Amino acid sequence: MNDNQEAEPMDRTEIESKLTDLLVDELGIERDDITQEAKFEEDLDVDSLGVVELLMALEDNFGVKIPDEEAEQITTVGEAVDLVEAKLNG
Amino acid sequence: MSRVALVTGGSRGIGRAIALRLASDGHVVAVNYAANSAAADDVVEEIVAAGGTAIAVQADVGDTDAVSAMFETVEDRLGKVEVLVNNAGITRDDLLMRMGPEAWDEVIETNLRSVYLCSRAAMRGMLRSRWGRIISVSSISGISGNPGQANYAASKAGIIGFSKSIAREIGSRNITVNVVAPGFIETDMTEGLGTEIADEVASRAALGRLGRPEEIAAAVGYLASDDAAYVTGQTLVVDGGLAL
Repeated sequence: MNDNQEAEPMDRTEIESKLTDLLVDELGIERDDITQEAKFEEDLDVDSLGVVELLMALEDNFGVKIPDEEAEQITTVGEAVDLVEAKLNG
Repeated sequence: MSRVALVTGGSRGIGRAIALRLASDGHVVAVNYAANSAAADDVVEEIVAAGGTAIAVQADVGDTDAVSAMFETVEDRLGKVEVLVNNAGITRDDLLMRMGPEAWDEVIETNLRSVYLCSRAAMRGMLRSRWGRIISVSSISGISGNPGQANYAASKAGIIGFSKSIAREIGSRNITVNVVAPGFIETDMTEGLGTEIADEVASRAALGRLGRPEEIAAAVGYLASDDAAYVTGQTLVVDGGLAL
């Protein structure tokens, strides 16, 4: 685990591909099902605790801190990428 | 298998016995204490002398920031907490009509808020590991009630409802959440009640005696072990048959 990784700027494609790997490896989602529009709970069958786990994995792997208020807004893969992108490059 | 265990209120009484037991079962133990650092150091020394690994860590477990700092320290020094034992507890006994809000708040904060704070802090690591044990020490007072202990009994009953809810929330991630409810155990906490009450309670227990801290620790050791992998949301009453 890269628990202590420092946040570094990253382009969107790179974030997308890393996030896709996380979804496959950590949450066991089929790679082919992952699109930017896919909703975690409805389309990818991730339960509410799974979304919490995903956000923890994002924090650990991208070295960002995601406050609970912002975490609650995330429903799709694309939104998760947006959030990480904003945190890393904003 | 060796795990990192954190025992709140681990310097004295039942907590001390639990820390020693988990260490002798092969776990690495963080011994939390509120004020008595000498007692906590004694527990650590005893564990180390027996060939185990342990550290003492101070924190008021009812305090949000103190709990965060405690987990940071334990994770830095020992690794992620995989076995959490919520044991810290105090009493401020009085008849309800004489029980002021401070006596209520203090007991709820130390006995119940601590369970919320510590469980939440431990859960992150447990979710990532897909393995965890949360074991909380309740009391027979929380099940049967006890005059003079409205605050204490409420906090101890609260632990049971909390644990059942969390057991359902995180069971799918291979984390079990259980409760041990001791009866009347010989500790500093019960010593103050006097021999007359102790004798009377002993006579009401089916086994005709008070319990020892080691007998509670044995139940916690079981719930932390791989043998208890399929046990969750349960309250194991260890009271010598006091409340049947």
